[in-house]
Amino acid sequence: MTKYLTAPLSKEDCADLRIGDYVYLTGTMYTARDAAHKRMIETLDRGEELPVDIKGQLIYYMGPSPAREGRPIGSAGPTTAGRMDKYAPTLLDLGLGGMIGKGKRTQAVSDAIVRNNSVYFAAVGGAGALLSKSITASEVVAYDDLGTEAIRKLTVENFPVIVVIDSKGDNLYATI
Amino acid sequence: MREVDLQVITDTIREMCIEVNHNLSPDMKKALDDATNKEESELGKKILGQLQENLVIAKEEMIPICQDTGMAVIFIEIGQDVHFVNGNLEDAINEGVRRGYVDGYLRKSVVDDPVIRNNTKDNTPAVIHYSIVPGENVKITLAPKGFGSENMSKVYMLKPADGIEGIKASIISAVKDAGPNACPPIVVGVGVGGTFEKCAIMSKKALTREVGVHSEIPYVKDLEIEMLEKINELGIGPGGLGGKVTALAVNVETYPTHIAGMPMAVNICCHVNRHIVREV
Repeated sequence: MTKYLTAPLSKEDCADLRIGDYVYLTGTMYTARDAAHKRMIETLDRGEELPVDIKGQLIYYMGPSPAREGRPIGSAGPTTAGRMDKYAPTLLDLGLGGMIGKGKRTQAVSDAIVRNNSVYFAAVGGAGALLSKSITASEVVAYDDLGTEAIRKLTVENFPVIVVIDSKGDNLYATI
Repeated sequence: MREVDLQVITDTIREMCIEVNHNLSPDMKKALDDATNKEESELGKKILGQLQENLVIAKEEMIPICQDTGMAVIFIEIGQDVHFVNGNLEDAINEGVRRGYVDGYLRKSVVDDPVIRNNTKDNTPAVIHYSIVPGENVKITLAPKGFGSENMSKVYMLKPADGIEGIKASIISAVKDAGPNACPPIVVGVGVGGTFEKCAIMSKKALTREVGVHSEIPYVKDLEIEMLEKINELGIGPGGLGGKVTALAVNVETYPTHIAGMPMAVNICCHVNRHIVREV
């Protein structure tokens, strides 16, 4: 089913999504990948607050190429989500609304998605130029020193994704 | 003897880095066209269409094809009658990579140490493979490698008794394990023979061979054709979301090896299989 949804997603939206749904997201999301996740978890381990409030938000596993003058962002496709599996259940249990990446996840992540009524979307890997056209604004909001791995707040318009793990724990890759 | 100014090497590599990250080579474009015609899954067709649209946008608007503009892998064949002047070769190569990645708005994806992990902020150093060949020319092959697919690559220390069936089973196993992670449709580079490190380097070199050109060794050519068919029967499909097109090519390189072994490596590359060659 094709759906047009506002990001961040409501809990009702998450509950209604099913694997294979083709979704166009409009609104805001955050980027974070390996180094930002490591730092966020270290921050939590020290008992400190995260630099952004992730409750209900979507995290896009992505590190862009630099923007040319006059553009919001460079190439901006998904990175392999599995590298964030070690960290994702903790963030989901803290209220993270959902994730966008590509590739397989562990059972622990799938369980955390079900437990928290969340969702895992895939964007098309290797289509970074095309996907960048759906991003209208980008602002570094934390960890600037990490360069491409900094946390960015993105504004997106009809950003195309596919539901791979839904809130019932079904997995699109497993059906193939 | 011929003198080659290292400034020319730097300038050439700078230009190659920018070109290869924005414009996929004609062999890869043709392979994607053929894949689009072959694919039957509706979602698969849609994804392949997006990949083609992506290539047009990348070229016309100078946005890298993929945000992972890779770690720069360079194969440099140096004629033995060449004398480099005006610096040292390794510095000249890395300066070319630095300028290419900084001037070309390419992503800096290299960290200075595998454990401490500080970004070098200019994508250096490159991984450089040197070889000395007859003559007085310098041939540079640049293949920036993204790590979504690099992480799914493998080395197998097979035994002679495993034979060609062992090679086939290992290729299929690596591709299955990679699944959606390696951004299919993929190109599969295979190196068989040599030693532990030799087969890995050959598997990387195999990815730089033009897609559609087969090995000149008859049994290796047959292996390439059979493996492509078998991989495409796995049903992984574009984006790993199901379909007939999982791989665009299987390129196999071989080398003599030891009586006791049959090392082999499978280096997987995504559909953004970037390779570019220049002669200086």
